[in-house]
Amino acid sequence: MARIELTNVQKFFGAVQVLRDVNLVIEDGEFVVMLGQSGCGKTTTLRAIAGLETITSGTITIDGKEVQNLKAADRDIAFVFQSFSLYPHMTVEENIAFPLRAVRSRQAEREAEVKEVARFLGIEQLLPRRPSALSGGDMQRVAIGRALVRRPKALLMDEPIGALDAKLREQMRAEIKRLHIARESTSVYVTHDQVEAMSLADRIVVMHDGLLQQVGAPEEVYLRPANLFVAQFVGSPVMNVADVTVESEGTDALLRIGGANGFRVPSETVSHLNGSPAKLGIRPEAVMLSHDAKDGYIETETTNVEPLGSHDIVDVRVGDETLRARCESGFTGGEGQKLWVALDPHRAHFFDAASGNSLRRSA
Amino acid sequence: MAEVKTKGEVVLNRVAIVAVVVALIVMLTPIYWIASTAFKPRSLATTVPPTVMFEPTLTPFAKLFTKRSQLRQPVEEDVYEAAPWWEKLIYDDGEQVVKNRKTGAITSSGYWDRYKNSLIVSIISTFLAVSMGTLTAYGFSRFKVKGEQDWLFFILSTRMLPPVVVAIPMFLMYRTVGLHDTHLGLIILYTAFNLSFAVWIMKGFVDEIPREYEEAALVDGYTRLQAFWKIVLPEALTGIAATAVFCFIIAWNEYAFALMMTSRNAQTAPPYIPSQVGSGLPDWSVIAAGAFLFLLPVAIFTFLLRNHLLRGMSFGAIRK
Ligand SMILES: Nc1ncnc2c1ncn2[C@@H]1O[C@H](COP(=O)(O)OP(=O)(O)O)[C@@H](O)[C@H]1O
Ligand SMILES: [Mg+2]
Repeated sequence: MARIELTNVQKFFGAVQVLRDVNLVIEDGEFVVMLGQSGCGKTTTLRAIAGLETITSGTITIDGKEVQNLKAADRDIAFVFQSFSLYPHMTVEENIAFPLRAVRSRQAEREAEVKEVARFLGIEQLLPRRPSALSGGDMQRVAIGRALVRRPKALLMDEPIGALDAKLREQMRAEIKRLHIARESTSVYVTHDQVEAMSLADRIVVMHDGLLQQVGAPEEVYLRPANLFVAQFVGSPVMNVADVTVESEGTDALLRIGGANGFRVPSETVSHLNGSPAKLGIRPEAVMLSHDAKDGYIETETTNVEPLGSHDIVDVRVGDETLRARCESGFTGGEGQKLWVALDPHRAHFFDAASGNSLRRSA
Repeated sequence: MAEVKTKGEVVLNRVAIVAVVVALIVMLTPIYWIASTAFKPRSLATTVPPTVMFEPTLTPFAKLFTKRSQLRQPVEEDVYEAAPWWEKLIYDDGEQVVKNRKTGAITSSGYWDRYKNSLIVSIISTFLAVSMGTLTAYGFSRFKVKGEQDWLFFILSTRMLPPVVVAIPMFLMYRTVGLHDTHLGLIILYTAFNLSFAVWIMKGFVDEIPREYEEAALVDGYTRLQAFWKIVLPEALTGIAATAVFCFIIAWNEYAFALMMTSRNAQTAPPYIPSQVGSGLPDWSVIAAGAFLFLLPVAIFTFLLRNHLLRGMSFGAIRK
């Protein structure tokens, strides 16, 4: 097990810079998930750690030892590819034993270790089969088995369950978590699926355009997004974002969006805003709906209702803006209904309109 | 594959089957002709109309491997009785095997030597072309090569000149450096000739093998060479088999260069067989026997590799 540290890592493909100054510390035994859109450089980062890609500048250390100039074979790290890349000409058993044969271990030892890993992953009965005869989930188990069998310092996984269907993904997610807890392996996991990231990670690394946007525990990334990108990337349905103007009205403040009447909020919740153009971000669960007029609520109309079973997502008009609200299922009858809406000021986020950075209340 | 077919398609299907059968008959008839003539006695080889039913004999093969002369007078009975079965066949046909006066050793015809030459030259040049082609294709497929497209085009362009154009310069060069009528000379020639083809075909196959296979091996502690040997080669086996068959067939059947670049020592079978037509009255069943034996290696080689070939012919297009 190992501690991995990336310092000022940059990577160019020709003239295109794919990684811009990546700094990240992955602690021993930690499960770190790199989350970001396709093309943001997640795979490149992972391949750089594994030694499959040389970095243009910066350093990568594993347990304090610089490895950026070491060959992949000498870094003692395992990699699970999105395509699983099981060797078609070998049986499952041979596939799992393959990394052990690189170090010329004895046959009996090899067999014992393959058995042990197979038992741990519940794939013993698949050992004599060929990869082509496996289901997607089993292929993935075998791929993980092959990665784990030689007890590497760290386990890198590149969208390992991205190719599976939704139900299986959920199941495999739980298995990977169980595996991590049992083995305490330092793991770096890449995904573009925020649910996967939230459910698996000790810490999430949100990446965009070759830059780390935020590094933090799942709750932190969700509750205190560092910027607009993170705010909109993490969470489903997506956070509502609108240009906002803040006016003071007596002891309270008025948040005006879309040219509508404005939401009355306690002024201390917006006291940190300095008056420069800002954007308001509010998650659907912090948009409150009411059937009757109440203090602080403004009148509105539903424009769309998505019944999702456990809850509904209701779109309401506020001036020219649409806010999405999460409410209990069956709360409204349908479109065109009159409702009252308010915002939970303690769960409102403000962002600098120009930079997109969070304007956070100083604690 | 049980999709709905319209009446028109059903009819078209039947027509296609008939066409295939006709084409098959047209193509297989010459092979049948050679094979059957190889087992006919000389007297039946050229009858009009052709003899279809006959008692097969091995006489043409006995004659093929020996040097013979006409019998002036009937052979003495005790000599005939003492002769092995194949010599009897030759006596029966009114000929005798030429023997060394002193030792009595039989003189063999040049066929077996030519056949051996064909095997040596074809097998070695195929092995060289396929192994060098696979390595080159791997390099082009996996590494950034400066001017890759230009190199590949250059490699292909070596096949664009008709062989006749280079034949004379090649002949003069070979004579100067002493490669004329040597096995090495033909091997180099056929290897060079097949290499461009091997590179191009193998590049297609290697491109189809996901890089992740090797990368997984690299991460797991193997060197690139080991990864190539343990992962890429087994995965490319289908392509290698297909390429080897093509290269072997081209080398085995090559006539023009073999005719020009060899005369005795290294002569292969293709120029030898027709050269026998001209010496005396052509014995068509002996020539057919020579052609028939010549046909066998390609047929056997192709048959052994047929499973690989069927998959390989699609040039990797439908592998999973
Ligand atoms: N070998 C390569 N050559 C050139 N560009 C590449 C190469 N690999 C990746 N890229 C580019 O780098 C960017 C990041 O790729 P990648 O790390 O695979 O993103 P992600 O895994 O986050 O989807 C993409 O724009 C991609 O096109
Ligand atoms: Mg990727």
